[in-house]
Amino acid sequence: MRHKTFFWFILPSLAAMILFIALPLVSVVVQSLHIEHEQVIVVTENCGPFGCTEESSVDTEATAQLRAEQPLGRFAGLSTYFDRGHLATAEIAEAWRNRDGFGGFLSELYNLPFYKALAFTLTYTFLVTPLVILLGLLIALGVNRLPSLLKGPTIFVSLLPMIITPLIGSLILFWMIDAQGVIGKTLQWVFDDPELSLKASPALTWITLMVYGVWSSAPFAFVVFYAGLQTVNSDSLEAAMIDGATRWQQIRYVVIPHLMPLVVFISLIQLMDNFRVFEAIVGFSAQANATSLSYIIYADMRSDLTRFNSAAATSVLTVIGVAILLTPVLLRTWRDFKGKAV
Amino acid sequence: MSSALDRSPRSVIILSSAFVLLWVAVASFPFIWTLWGSFKVQGDFFSKADWRNALWGTRTLIETGSTFTGAGYDGAWVQEEFWRAAINTLIVVFFTVIISLTFGTLGGYALARSGRKYAFGLLMIALVFRAMPHITLVSGYLLPFFEWNLWGHLPTSIIVLVAINQPFTLWMLHSFFLNIPKDLDESAKVDGCTQFQAFRHVIIPVMWPGVITTGLFSFLLAYNDFAVTSMLLSEENRTMVPAIAGFLGSTLEEGNVMFAVAAVVSATAPLFVLVMFFQRQIVSGLTAGAVKG
Repeated sequence: MRHKTFFWFILPSLAAMILFIALPLVSVVVQSLHIEHEQVIVVTENCGPFGCTEESSVDTEATAQLRAEQPLGRFAGLSTYFDRGHLATAEIAEAWRNRDGFGGFLSELYNLPFYKALAFTLTYTFLVTPLVILLGLLIALGVNRLPSLLKGPTIFVSLLPMIITPLIGSLILFWMIDAQGVIGKTLQWVFDDPELSLKASPALTWITLMVYGVWSSAPFAFVVFYAGLQTVNSDSLEAAMIDGATRWQQIRYVVIPHLMPLVVFISLIQLMDNFRVFEAIVGFSAQANATSLSYIIYADMRSDLTRFNSAAATSVLTVIGVAILLTPVLLRTWRDFKGKAV
Repeated sequence: MSSALDRSPRSVIILSSAFVLLWVAVASFPFIWTLWGSFKVQGDFFSKADWRNALWGTRTLIETGSTFTGAGYDGAWVQEEFWRAAINTLIVVFFTVIISLTFGTLGGYALARSGRKYAFGLLMIALVFRAMPHITLVSGYLLPFFEWNLWGHLPTSIIVLVAINQPFTLWMLHSFFLNIPKDLDESAKVDGCTQFQAFRHVIIPVMWPGVITTGLFSFLLAYNDFAVTSMLLSEENRTMVPAIAGFLGSTLEEGNVMFAVAAVVSATAPLFVLVMFFQRQIVSGLTAGAVKG
């Protein structure tokens, strides 16, 4: 295809991506380097019989006008990145100097909003992803053994947790685990503790969110693995059986190596999706016990006084996180492509 | 592989069937329970006394005189005017899908037929864009959109959703077009067609299975979105998902959680129908990316 033809074909798509993905990323960087204008202070001199006193007061009108004229605010360099709401370097240095053992330092760290969100985001990403792969594989192996009449309906039901709107899916579960909901009541009965509430403790909230994550993503892994199982070479299985491989050995040495490329694919997609965990926290109203990077950006924009610079700085840090997460994959794909070209 | 599996010992069959059965229950129970509960009153759905009240509708019978009530639906659709949100969702989803597919087929076709280094580079960039959390992009839009008075309107949300959708659409259609033999449009070009004519007369007639599958996923992305629509739409232009989130803020105090429950069930129904009719396409779409690696 000629360069010019290629250009015209790709133009609408490329324009949309440049205008609404690339430029917003630039806009985020610019916003993160600015900070809202300070309040305009007017100093008035009051002279009375006992001499003059200087009085400073906030000129609300001028402040509002200045802020409306320049909503971006004034240039602040990287200061937002290092403030308490983000990287909090000063606070960390302070906590390190006064540390009370390594655990004490970590709990200091956990009190800082950015690190609290980062801790949950990373834990969620790196626990949910392998669990999704494991559960998906087990379901796929199980469904593969079903009589073909049952396969269709089973796949139908299995797809539901995945295609459901994330916010709606988490709300449905949230109502069920409510202390007065059906799962909440059942758990109280099982553990014989009428006060048990899954919303109360941070640990239980984390577990609930991760259970939701596995529930909603496992179908994706299942479907991909299931399709992969249809293409397992029956000759190799046959050969393995003749050589005396047990059932487990067949799965371990024939089926799993065949599915390995799919594991890479699912991990890639799941890492990307789990890293932006967000709707579940809104749905489960879990923000007191668990926040994610995406959630704190949302909270900054939702608060009464929208903190654009703070949201933008967190966004930039999140994008850097995504880049770190993706680098190995991108490098590998690029090498493969070059290998093919040569 | 089935021939080898037919000889499974009984214990393995029982174990794996039990596991699948358990999964089916876990996957479907929340939906069945919420659908059933949406026709009860709050006292049954969140039962202080006994969870079985939700099954028999004990409180519902006392409060409304019947074991089923449509009060939640009435409250959501009529009183809280959920139908407005439903219409907005329809508009947003329809245009997002149509525009996404138009842009995506053109771009995906070009990427599949080019094979040059920059085409591959574009695909890699699209992959990086695909990984961007949507809320980080939204934080980039918000201030400029306020400034230029673009904030709050449906078309703004539509074009933003189209853009966010593009990386995925491009990847998916690119891999579908790779499966259409190159000879098809090459021979058309030999016969004197331009590239666009070849695309128009040769490729478009055979591309529909791929386009429909990709369209399903565009639909899901637009329909399920919360980050973009909740931040970029004004109150009267809200779509269903942010409207449901809004219900929670306003109805919890009034004791009308059942409005939100009814709205949730209403918003889930189209997704059920979608899976019922397009199960095969969804499954093939999910695996298309994996097979290509």
